[in-house]
Amino acid sequence: MIERKAVALVSGGLDSMLAVRVVQDQGIQVEGLNFFTGFCVEGHTHAIRKNTKPKRNNALWVAERLGVKLHFVDVVEDYRDVVLNPKYGYGANLNPCLDCKIFMVRRAYEWMRGHGFDFIVTGEVVGQRPKSQRKDTLPIVQDDSGAGDLLLRPLCAKRLPPTRPEREGWVERERLFDFSGRSRKPQMALAKAYGLDDYAQPAGGCCFLTDSQYAAKLTDLWNSRGDRVYDLDDIVLLKVGRHIRPRPGFKVIIAREEGEGRFLTGFRKRFVSIKTLSHGGPEALIDGVVTESDIELAARLVARYGQGRDCESVRVEVRDLTGSTRELDVRPFTPQEIPGEWIL
Amino acid sequence: MDTLDTVVVDCRRLLCPLPVIRVQDRVADLAPGTQVEAVCTDPGALQDIPAWCRINGHTVLRTDSKDGEHCVVMRVGGACE
Ligand code: SF4
Repeated sequence: MIERKAVALVSGGLDSMLAVRVVQDQGIQVEGLNFFTGFCVEGHTHAIRKNTKPKRNNALWVAERLGVKLHFVDVVEDYRDVVLNPKYGYGANLNPCLDCKIFMVRRAYEWMRGHGFDFIVTGEVVGQRPKSQRKDTLPIVQDDSGAGDLLLRPLCAKRLPPTRPEREGWVERERLFDFSGRSRKPQMALAKAYGLDDYAQPAGGCCFLTDSQYAAKLTDLWNSRGDRVYDLDDIVLLKVGRHIRPRPGFKVIIAREEGEGRFLTGFRKRFVSIKTLSHGGPEALIDGVVTESDIELAARLVARYGQGRDCESVRVEVRDLTGSTRELDVRPFTPQEIPGEWIL
Repeated sequence: MDTLDTVVVDCRRLLCPLPVIRVQDRVADLAPGTQVEAVCTDPGALQDIPAWCRINGHTVLRTDSKDGEHCVVMRVGGACE
């Protein structure tokens, strides 16, 4: 008998982990794909902030636990069109979940064909997500991605028409599942039956685009630039620090703790930066083309968040893009002097 | 910046999982047995790169950290793609 091979979308969450495990149980050889969009919750914030202990990468952990190879795919560039022009629109925030799923399954389908694999596995469950995992939207993922009936969802397959892997007997439909809805109980029970514990419990989604505050900051960035553009640095920086925008085209990013401060220093060649000399205080970046009075205003904001906040005067160092520095003495803003609408 | 025997992958300033991705993409072009040194600033790489190596059949030779930089030295396995 020919040994069949499946490629699985492995996010690091419980559903994709179980989906892989279910088809492995039927003698299918599985390898995993994990897509890096730049918006992933995984890693970044934990890596930046000093006080969170280094966190494992859940997709790697799942792959190792299940004994499957994992291939990361950097899709930052190609994913931009999904974020900017989603055919099926956005979810509650800037999350284009249905288009995102189609994009990932399409990429998996291309990978499958390029590597001599037979079908695709995902951890989708009917009715689990309001937009991308409804009974009427699951077929759209199959159709628009091109994967058609080579896309198997082992956790809810029995609620869907048989796919080719089932019809051809590559997997036994009877040994697949009929999960549906938002309850996590069947998944947890199945994990227990497999002896899988310690899995990741993602809260609220797999990426920052589902986060309302993050979405507001990204929208602000686009409005301020007058164009819906971004690069990887932009979207990573939106995860870091306090963002304060006194006017369009001028934003100050102020570290909230030491780890963020260290991270921001890595951007000194791209942004004018400020650090406090006379007191303990945060590192900050100035985003935009700014005037001398903007720089002074930024320095007063930075002083407000440092240990000299109650002093008459705080001395800061301003560093330009070439690395040359100068010193500035400023009076820190009081909280009342900072208009609420500046704070993003 | 490669030395005669070691291919250096500069992953400084990159946050996980990007260091793993850079190493993965570099290793894809290398022959089995090649030694690779990943230089990272994200300490998470000290967990992630070895985990990726274990999964994909490469061998970690050593890891060390100095002055905020973390190095993972590995040898490309026969199963590399
Ligand atoms: S939450 Fe983010 S990564 Fe997950 S499907 Fe939606 S857009 Fe894609």
